[in-house]
Amino acid sequence: MPSGLSRCAALTATAIVLLLLANMTPLMSLSVLGRNSSTTILNGAVQMWHQGQPIAAAIIAFCAIIAPGAFLTAMAAVLNAARRPTVPAWTSEILRWTRYLHAWSLIEVMLLGLLVSLVKIAQLARVGADIGIFAVGALTVLFPLIVANFDAAEIWSRIEWVAQADTAARRGSDARS
Amino acid sequence: MLSAANLGLVGCDACSLVCVSAPSGEQGFCPRCGEALHSRRKHALQRSWGLIIAALLCYIPANALPVLRTNMLGSTEDDTILGGVVLLYNSGSWPLALIVLVASVAIPLGKLIALSYLLLQVQRGRVTSTRDKTKLFRVVEVIGKWSMLDVFVDAYTVAMVQLQPLMSVEPGPGIVFFAAVVVLTVLAAEYFDPRLIWDAEGGVVP
Repeated sequence: MPSGLSRCAALTATAIVLLLLANMTPLMSLSVLGRNSSTTILNGAVQMWHQGQPIAAAIIAFCAIIAPGAFLTAMAAVLNAARRPTVPAWTSEILRWTRYLHAWSLIEVMLLGLLVSLVKIAQLARVGADIGIFAVGALTVLFPLIVANFDAAEIWSRIEWVAQADTAARRGSDARS
Repeated sequence: MLSAANLGLVGCDACSLVCVSAPSGEQGFCPRCGEALHSRRKHALQRSWGLIIAALLCYIPANALPVLRTNMLGSTEDDTILGGVVLLYNSGSWPLALIVLVASVAIPLGKLIALSYLLLQVQRGRVTSTRDKTKLFRVVEVIGKWSMLDVFVDAYTVAMVQLQPLMSVEPGPGIVFFAAVVVLTVLAAEYFDPRLIWDAEGGVVP
């Protein structure tokens, strides 16, 4: 396994732990006149849903939780498969998804959004940053590092080619239809 | 100018393998990963235009309707995107106001203008300053996602400030249109094919 890929695997494993941490701990907390409240990443989408904005809620859940989680899972699967000298053909499908999943993982945008809302709310109440927001901060560094260390071309060069017969069969069925 | 298409070659969009084009009228598939091969993305101009027009239509309610409604001790206040920027500026945090202004106003509008310009140039077969146009497209691709900023700001402000009956914040109807503008413009950039910038009639550039 080339060193870039093992570094990438280590970074992906770290990012998975941090993504779990970011999703399970509160991002920030607020206290005003003796009342406290705190929020998690998921809560941002859940509140939007409850307040009559299901589409916005779905977009937030996808860009903040589903896409980053799926991206890291896909990376883990590809990197695991890439340990073999010949990479199995099913990897190509997952490898194709990683590009889109990464494009829709808006971790860094969410972090800036969290900071802006933190400053906005700080004018009304006492706010504090919690563990979750630091985990999100670490993820914004890890995601570009994973992509920078990931040599997709190297994996493509070792991937098992889709059977020639399969291509011919597809062409044949296209011609018949 | 020599192009792969002129030589009967086509790059796979998924795995970048250079393949020999299928005979005309036949659909070729990448022998390595099985992806359907296209010399240029299919219907790139129509799809991009469709998404840009949809984004333009959503852009109007996104800015006219309130995105955030603040209830504080019985009084209610509605804020639009631009109103939120003004509010941030007046409260003394002009750097934040600038960030939100750039992300929520300048980037979506700039993207719509830049993509429309590129599409019009391609349709007219203009192949001048192709390098600059390609750079413009790359900038559009990279900055596009940052306009989602306001959606996250509103979502987490809403999630945090739920202290009924003292103070509460709820999302306004504008937020879904604003999110739609961001998603539609990102998709429009995704469907556009930057290689078209370099295609004159016959693929020859002086």
